[in-house]
Amino acid sequence: MTDQLIDFFLLMKSELLLLAVIFIMLFMNITAKENADGTPVDNNHSILVTANILLLLNFLAGFFMNTSGNLFGDSFTSTELTAFQKNILNLGTLLVSLQSYTWLKTHKHVMEFYMLLLATLLGMFLMISSQHMLLFYLGLELSTIPLAALVNFDLEKKKSAEAAMKMIMMSAFSSALLLFGISLFYGTMGTLHFQEIPAALNGSDLQLYCLILLIAAFGFKISAVPFHFWTADVYEGAPVPVTSYLSVISKGSILFVMTTVLYNVFAGMGVEWYLIICVLAVATMITGNIFAVRQQNLKRLLAFSSIAQVGFILVGMSGQNTEGAVSVTYFIIIYIFSNLAALGVISVVSALTGKEKISDYKGFYKTNPMLSWILAIALFSLAGIPPTSGFFGKFFLLLAGAGNGNYTLVIIAALNMIVSLYYYLKIVKAVFMDANEEPIPTINLAFFPKAGLLICLIGIIVTGLASGSYNYIQELFASL
Amino acid sequence: MGSSILELVHINNYVMLAAILFAIGVMGVMFRRNTIIIFMCIELMLNAVNLLLVAFSTMHSDPGGQVMVFFIMAVAAAEVAVGLAILVMIYRNVKSVDIDILNKLKW
Repeated sequence: MTDQLIDFFLLMKSELLLLAVIFIMLFMNITAKENADGTPVDNNHSILVTANILLLLNFLAGFFMNTSGNLFGDSFTSTELTAFQKNILNLGTLLVSLQSYTWLKTHKHVMEFYMLLLATLLGMFLMISSQHMLLFYLGLELSTIPLAALVNFDLEKKKSAEAAMKMIMMSAFSSALLLFGISLFYGTMGTLHFQEIPAALNGSDLQLYCLILLIAAFGFKISAVPFHFWTADVYEGAPVPVTSYLSVISKGSILFVMTTVLYNVFAGMGVEWYLIICVLAVATMITGNIFAVRQQNLKRLLAFSSIAQVGFILVGMSGQNTEGAVSVTYFIIIYIFSNLAALGVISVVSALTGKEKISDYKGFYKTNPMLSWILAIALFSLAGIPPTSGFFGKFFLLLAGAGNGNYTLVIIAALNMIVSLYYYLKIVKAVFMDANEEPIPTINLAFFPKAGLLICLIGIIVTGLASGSYNYIQELFASL
Repeated sequence: MGSSILELVHINNYVMLAAILFAIGVMGVMFRRNTIIIFMCIELMLNAVNLLLVAFSTMHSDPGGQVMVFFIMAVAAAEVAVGLAILVMIYRNVKSVDIDILNKLKW
């Protein structure tokens, strides 16, 4: 009996720890001292410090006591791999939380921000561990509904509310598509368990239709073209930390799940989904890059660039071998560091000056050399230029894609990498070379955002050069 | 008992009805301009799914589908609650629920 209880706690460790963090913060909110006008006493500082320390502990605890096993009638699974993926998301959330310090310091509803943020993270954890359609659906909804509320977090801005509206409608619509696919699948197979699905696949037309609906729903969430229309609007309207969270953590978690579902559950329909993924990859890369070229708003540009990055990830996913799954996971880690470093700089600048256009960043190097270098290295990593880890990430993705023999796809991806250089370097040129009479004033970073940016910078450089990181992920997949 | 209901109305009829309901919902989301009606159409799509799940659950005599229906209903309610809350925010700003008002963000 006690053994079972201990097993239960260990298997659900990530979820339970996160719940503990949520409850501790809830009680802090109840006991917090307030001024007469309802604002916190010391500008939220103590709340933010506690939140970041708790998230750091949560991340560190993710390294220990990871066991494998199933729970709840085999509908929930926990392995070394899922524990690792969850911990990647933990790290990303910690970085987002560190970077949002500047923005949240003067915000009235800090506690609600953390409640919603951690609730979505809990949803992603459930989704990653799910072995049953019901748990998968619940995790997916738990990870998107609070996000819409987060997008609306600049309460006085109309833009923010509009973005939230687009987001909630898109997510409701796409989950309806997903459910329609699931229900027809259920009709053909009579089971909702992931483990029983492979045996029940027969490749009939109806099952193919369901698979398309399923991939379409995934496509909405990872903003693959042609399901990307909400992305740029939502990224621009949302507060910058929420944009980082959306573009990195939320997308990353769905990509983890998508890889697991396609590789393990629908392996029997590999020929069919290989074609779909290839078409999506080409469309996503090309459209994302073409639209990114003409953007003037930095957040919008990064939104389209993140669409293009998803295209590259899909190239890796089309590899249909272990290398494919490994390279996707590896690239998501790199992508978290690179994109969070770029968006972290933008987040600080946006919170302090409200400037988000590329032309506003002219002469940024004169006033903020340190932030300029971080931005430049992050952009180089996103573009995939050698010593940074982005190069290695892209390299392994293309290698995995080539493993399936589809060299046309790999060539298209390589050409797209060249196009993407243009718009990334456009920002670097504005920052380092262009002169400006009124550059952004020198910014004094607080400790937390500085720490967040430094972790990202170290991550960008170390993840690529330390080859052990790729081998470690490979071992995790091999141990399944 | 489960089979007797399906003998009266064959499973094909359930699938047809659900598909028609789902299509009406999709059409509504695409062509209606009132945000509240769009939310109603999304509900319609979800209810088509519920109907399908219940019918299939009876066909396979497996309770899994019916359990899922309960969860879908609860989650749909939560989704619409958040959606309507955001709608109230928009209405405060622009005094309208027409979706064409939402054009401040464009490519």
